[in-house]
Amino acid sequence: MSSTVNTGNTTTIGPMGAPSRRNTELALLVFAVLIPVFAYINVGLAKEGTVPAGVLGYTGGLGLLAGIAHVMVRKFAPYADPLMLPVATLLNGLGLVLIWRLDQEPTITTDALGGAMAPGQLMWSTLGVALFLGVLVFLKDHRVLQRYTYISMVVALILLILPMFFPARFGARIWITIPGVGSLQPGEFAKIIIAVFFAGYLMVKRDALALASRRFMGLYLPRGRDLGPILVIWALSLMILIFETDLGTSLLFFGLFVIMLYVATERTSWVVFGLTLSAAGAVTVATFASHVQSRVDNWLNPLSLAENGGVTETAQAMYTFGAGGILGSGLGQGYSRLIGGIAPKSDYILATVGEELGLTGLMAILVLYGLLIERGLRTALAARDPFGKLLAVGLAGAFALQVFVVAGGVTGLIPLTGMTMPFLAQGGSSVIANWALIAILLRISDTARRPAPAPAPSTDAEMTQVVRP
Amino acid sequence: MNKPLRRVAIFCGLLVLALLVRVNWVQFVQAEELQSDKNNRRVAIERYSVPRGNIIVDGKAITGSTKTDSGDFEYKRTYKNGEMWAPVTGYASQAYGADKLESLYDEILTGSDDRLFFNRTIDMLTGKEQKGGQVVTTLKRDAQEAAYKGLGDKKGAVAAIDPSTGAILALASTPSYDPSSIAGMTDTDQENYQRLLKDPDKPMNNRPLRETFFPGSTFKVVTAAAALEHGLIDDIDAKTETPAPYILPNTKTELKNDGPHPTCENGSLREALRVSCNTVFGKLGADMGRDKLVETAEKFGFNDPEIDVPVRAARSNVSTEMDKPQTALSAIGQFETAATPLQMAMVTSAVANDGKLMKPYMVDQLRAPNLNVIEQTSPEEMSRPLSPENAQKLQQAMETVVEKGTGTGAQLPNATVGGKTGTAQRGVDNSEKPYAWFISYAKTDQGSPVAVAVVVEDSDASREDISGGGLAAPIAKSVMQAVIDGNK
Repeated sequence: MSSTVNTGNTTTIGPMGAPSRRNTELALLVFAVLIPVFAYINVGLAKEGTVPAGVLGYTGGLGLLAGIAHVMVRKFAPYADPLMLPVATLLNGLGLVLIWRLDQEPTITTDALGGAMAPGQLMWSTLGVALFLGVLVFLKDHRVLQRYTYISMVVALILLILPMFFPARFGARIWITIPGVGSLQPGEFAKIIIAVFFAGYLMVKRDALALASRRFMGLYLPRGRDLGPILVIWALSLMILIFETDLGTSLLFFGLFVIMLYVATERTSWVVFGLTLSAAGAVTVATFASHVQSRVDNWLNPLSLAENGGVTETAQAMYTFGAGGILGSGLGQGYSRLIGGIAPKSDYILATVGEELGLTGLMAILVLYGLLIERGLRTALAARDPFGKLLAVGLAGAFALQVFVVAGGVTGLIPLTGMTMPFLAQGGSSVIANWALIAILLRISDTARRPAPAPAPSTDAEMTQVVRP
Repeated sequence: MNKPLRRVAIFCGLLVLALLVRVNWVQFVQAEELQSDKNNRRVAIERYSVPRGNIIVDGKAITGSTKTDSGDFEYKRTYKNGEMWAPVTGYASQAYGADKLESLYDEILTGSDDRLFFNRTIDMLTGKEQKGGQVVTTLKRDAQEAAYKGLGDKKGAVAAIDPSTGAILALASTPSYDPSSIAGMTDTDQENYQRLLKDPDKPMNNRPLRETFFPGSTFKVVTAAAALEHGLIDDIDAKTETPAPYILPNTKTELKNDGPHPTCENGSLREALRVSCNTVFGKLGADMGRDKLVETAEKFGFNDPEIDVPVRAARSNVSTEMDKPQTALSAIGQFETAATPLQMAMVTSAVANDGKLMKPYMVDQLRAPNLNVIEQTSPEEMSRPLSPENAQKLQQAMETVVEKGTGTGAQLPNATVGGKTGTAQRGVDNSEKPYAWFISYAKTDQGSPVAVAVVVEDSDASREDISGGGLAAPIAKSVMQAVIDGNK
């Protein structure tokens, strides 16, 4: 990738200015649109033996979204990272195809389960891209967000606490239901807003947190009064775990805080301290909360039967992955519907990838996520202001943790949690929030890579006249 | 802030790496195990995704496959004359799995057996649907029909063997069930299955292979063989020293004969077999002792838990821990003696084959979809319970039974028939209806083509000899006739 050659330019701004790389982005976008279109045709051929009727509309729709996004980036963020938009488009496009492909299975597309979900997801994706464009147009400079540090904190707290007052769905209280509109997963938005809060807060406090400490056994221990914030966040994430029964969100927020704290203070002691706290919290909660225990049991014995003698979702997911083997069964030819319900379209969408695209396809998807994370972290490295650095590492870190927690849970690496795979999985909140996340990262990278404005011509030279006697 | 940033980047890289390693583990290392897990529904989906290969009798298929629209499974098993062939085929049901030959040769029938790898690859490359192989049985349609129709609406079982090879020619069980009726997974199939399970007559039991009965007087053939082999009797026409009634050793219990048989007193072996004297055989058993009787019985296949034809037959039992009076009772087929119809057919076939017992089998060939033979069963000697001379002596005695004894109902015009009748008592104090037994073989110029064992429920079995000869012998006769006619 030519962008690696470019890295030298992103950190030091030469007088020549960095190339904008918009044409690279355009070329990559063509692939990002064509690959899902081929996948779409592939499903049609496999299931019905014909090219699906909607292929033109789908190509047009996805192409139009990608095209508009590209033109707007060209205009409003010309120096933004060229990889993030194509990767996000590709993942979103593939997600749409996978959901449409699962819509073709009558057993999991009954009215009781909400019917076909691809049209809705397409609408959410459009809204997501619209929000993406909105952020690019109206957020001229990411440093503006710094002004809203404490407002962000309040909003994030509300978003995190709100689901406790709504009924649990699928065993987790991470939804808020608005009658007539549908349900939202506020955690997805909270992850962006809380990153803004952490970035703003740590920007101000980092010196105090970093320097006022005592050295003990090779570690710099923070002062008691500086422990306050981390303990509050820790308590909050434990409460999420206990009351919303959501291990994923809890892990995400605490992990995000520890990462940002570490980057802000450059003190390893915070990481050690954070890990100790989270381990203590996790063990305590796992010992007392039954729903966490059952998740852990499922994780340790994924293939054991449910109490009623049926095959569990976890086992079905494992069978689905196993069925894929190295090359997969081909799109439209797997049996991931056996997982049942809407789970194959949302939480377990990676299982369908694993079965139908095989180990090869699944690894390609994971590498795409890895690439997106890497571009986010690179943006953090390139950013010139501490707030931008912290915000970028927060967003990229949150994204990485989410991918790890979801994919790790689905494949049985860690206990399962109730989060969704960004862009790929069915779910309006997730797709909208993640498009906004990408937009903010693009804004930061645009600022970082933008050539410094040419020094204003020194007016002194004109104004100061040598008065000759 | 760039140093910790780089470390965070490495950490995130490790997270993604961990995921990549994990998916390799699940989809590559564990894949095989997950794919064949017994709870993985894909196994059943695959089993019914292609037309299932057929089970063949006399060159014609007795099974078929039909397209269904019942959810996951594309094809459903069908059976031609399913009730008659059920003991042979077993069933392959979308809802209840597979049984008997359908289960044992599942991989051949679905085409997923390793030996069909080449065919499968060719089919895949040429874009053809995977096809199942065939299981060719040794059964004879006419013999099976004679057996099944002979049993009619009575409860019973028939097993017929070719003595010279061990090939099973007929295997009938009544009342039977139609495996087609439970092959699908609709509500009707489930109702049928539940009804079959609850039916007091147990139609899904495989009586000729999997159910044991008291062999009654038919076991006297085994006792006679043991007496000849162990030198207790040399001349089958020589008188024995047997009182009637005979007092069981160490007891005061009298062992009587069924009815007035004056010839049983000091009767010869031939005479004792002809009228079925309990006294003579009881005393023979007690005189030779447990070990000798058990030794011969085990050579015939008793007490062998692994008689695989290839469907595993139930273990036929002769007690190895009985005392002297119990040995006397066992010698006339009582006490703990129990035998499957197949076992008694094996006894008869060994006698008919001049003392050589061939291993019974019912699958002749396994064939690939293109009819290439991938496995051929060759006849195998199992044991030699009798010397040829003793076997011929016993044949003479058994032929007398059919000529002028209790088994006259089995006489054939074009073959010599040797046989023995019996009654299997059931339940405590005969509370349930007894079963009538008849075992026999036919002999022509070319040797013996068939040995058969018939057991049939007989409500009028007041006297054991008449009952076996009256109901069971005609069935045995028609089965033997069908085999002889078929060989012409």
